[in-house]
Amino acid sequence: MSITSAARTISIPVVGAPLLEVEHLSVSFPTSSGPATVVRDASFRVDQGTTLGIVGESGSGKSMTSLAVMGLLPRGGTATGSVRLFGHELLGRTDRELRRIRGDRIAMVFQDPLSSLNPYYTIGVQITEAYRAHRGGSQAAARKVAIEALERVRIADPDRRIDHYPHQFSGGMRQRIMIAMAICLEPDLIICDEPTTALDVTVQAQILDLLADLQRQTGTGMVFITHDLAVVSRVADDVLVMKDGDEVERGTTEQIFTAPRAPYTRALLDALPRIDDPFETLKGVQA
Amino acid sequence: MTTVPSELAVETEAKGALPSGGAPTPARRVLHSLRTSPGAIASIVIIVAIALMAILAPVLSAITGWDPYEFDPTAIDSDLGGLPIGPLGGVSAEHWFGVEPGNGRDIFIRVAYGAQVSLLIAVSATLVTTTIGVVLGMIAGYFGGIADQVISRVMDFLMAFPTLIFMIALLSALPAGNRPALLVIVLSIFGWPYTARIIRGQTMSLRNSEFVEAARASGAKPLRIAFREVLPNLRGTIIVLATLAVPGYIGTEAGLSFLGVGVTPPTPSWGQMISTAVGWYAVDPMYFLIPGTFLFLTVFAFTVLGDHLRKALDTGDAA
Repeated sequence: MSITSAARTISIPVVGAPLLEVEHLSVSFPTSSGPATVVRDASFRVDQGTTLGIVGESGSGKSMTSLAVMGLLPRGGTATGSVRLFGHELLGRTDRELRRIRGDRIAMVFQDPLSSLNPYYTIGVQITEAYRAHRGGSQAAARKVAIEALERVRIADPDRRIDHYPHQFSGGMRQRIMIAMAICLEPDLIICDEPTTALDVTVQAQILDLLADLQRQTGTGMVFITHDLAVVSRVADDVLVMKDGDEVERGTTEQIFTAPRAPYTRALLDALPRIDDPFETLKGVQA
Repeated sequence: MTTVPSELAVETEAKGALPSGGAPTPARRVLHSLRTSPGAIASIVIIVAIALMAILAPVLSAITGWDPYEFDPTAIDSDLGGLPIGPLGGVSAEHWFGVEPGNGRDIFIRVAYGAQVSLLIAVSATLVTTTIGVVLGMIAGYFGGIADQVISRVMDFLMAFPTLIFMIALLSALPAGNRPALLVIVLSIFGWPYTARIIRGQTMSLRNSEFVEAARASGAKPLRIAFREVLPNLRGTIIVLATLAVPGYIGTEAGLSFLGVGVTPPTPSWGQMISTAVGWYAVDPMYFLIPGTFLFLTVFAFTVLGDHLRKALDTGDAA
């Protein structure tokens, strides 16, 4: 139980500190021609029960930002600046300390639900294993928690389905299973890295509704990474627009969508196809 | 390729037929696919028969009344230079597969004891090379960096070696001692890179898969990821590689014994029997054919089984 207590102490909030506060975060990788900076001076905060949308093209550094928060940068990557969870600095902590936070305090939902479940194990094994690694307890108790989590993500017949393999589920169901895995530890923050990109539009809508419902129930903070402005407008309270590793603009969703200040944000919004104008030419964004 | 659609059709029916909704485990799926393939069944039957023959060699010896080292002067014609008496190399109720020309040893019992030696060497070498290959391949593929550099260069070095020549040189230079054990060691030294290379590549691609990233994001330790997430997904590859390695080692062992650097006489071995039979093939072709057929059947059965396993494991997405 020492793992649990250590994870808890880190999350005793510093009075007045927000759930997640990132200040002047920069991420760079060494290359043969000197360090390449993929994220420059990004700052944002996420409060409990709110959702921050990070938007940008591929290569804009949005995924690297989230990996830096988790301490999961690929080999050689270094992050500078400050990442604070309830006022506790996360950067510079050992992998051992971060492992207690990952999954437990901060959970992550990935882009491709088809490959983010291990094909070798039943989904029950995968959910209970993550749960028991952090909380301990008996297999039976973990199984109960897993069934409840599956129920909450609206998997029909969870008692039976828990013993099925990933390949027996559809893409949308697998993403819901990933979300079940993320919520069964009741994390303070869920980072969703393009969680609906691999899914078709109707399934995408279901997943977004589900995430919004879960957030209402638990007050979890969310970071929602996507290149899809329609998705952002639907889920996010605040938006951070990134381009080539730089922060372009930051503001509330309403402000970004109705009164964008940066030309790049305007170009992005202009590139959205409009359903009411059948003759418009699709606009691109100058890279 | 024509069998693939039918297998898939059978597979979906089987899934639908499970009323309780019990999940078809990957193992069950592979077993099912092997059961429906005549080639796989035939090769399993051959392998089991030869393995039984090897294990029960002492029992067979008691039944037939012949010992692998026992000469039978009454079964050979000393006037004809020791040719077996009777048709087909002396096949009779007494000697089921005939006798060896020159000394009259019973071929059936020598083949049975030879199977013991061949299978023991091949299976031991496979176990050793698979273990070393999987461990080093996973270290190289999972941790990369310096570990990968060192292991990969050693593999390149060993694979670029003229293996057979070196084995012959090594085995003739080493003191005779325990020849089967020596053979296992020599086969293993040169055999593991072939397993390790494939495991390394698969580990590298699995390490970058999203479920490994998801495990990292949920706070799993590196060793746990290696053993619980990556290793189980390699099992199909490992099974196929091991099955296909066995016939290779049986063949190499027979080849080395044929060349006189393998198992030392009088210990029976298939390669050695074939080697001795070469001098007699014009007058007693059966002496050559019988151990040759056993060697062929064993290698063939293992190879066919390996290919079927590979196909069965490849078809499902849960492989």
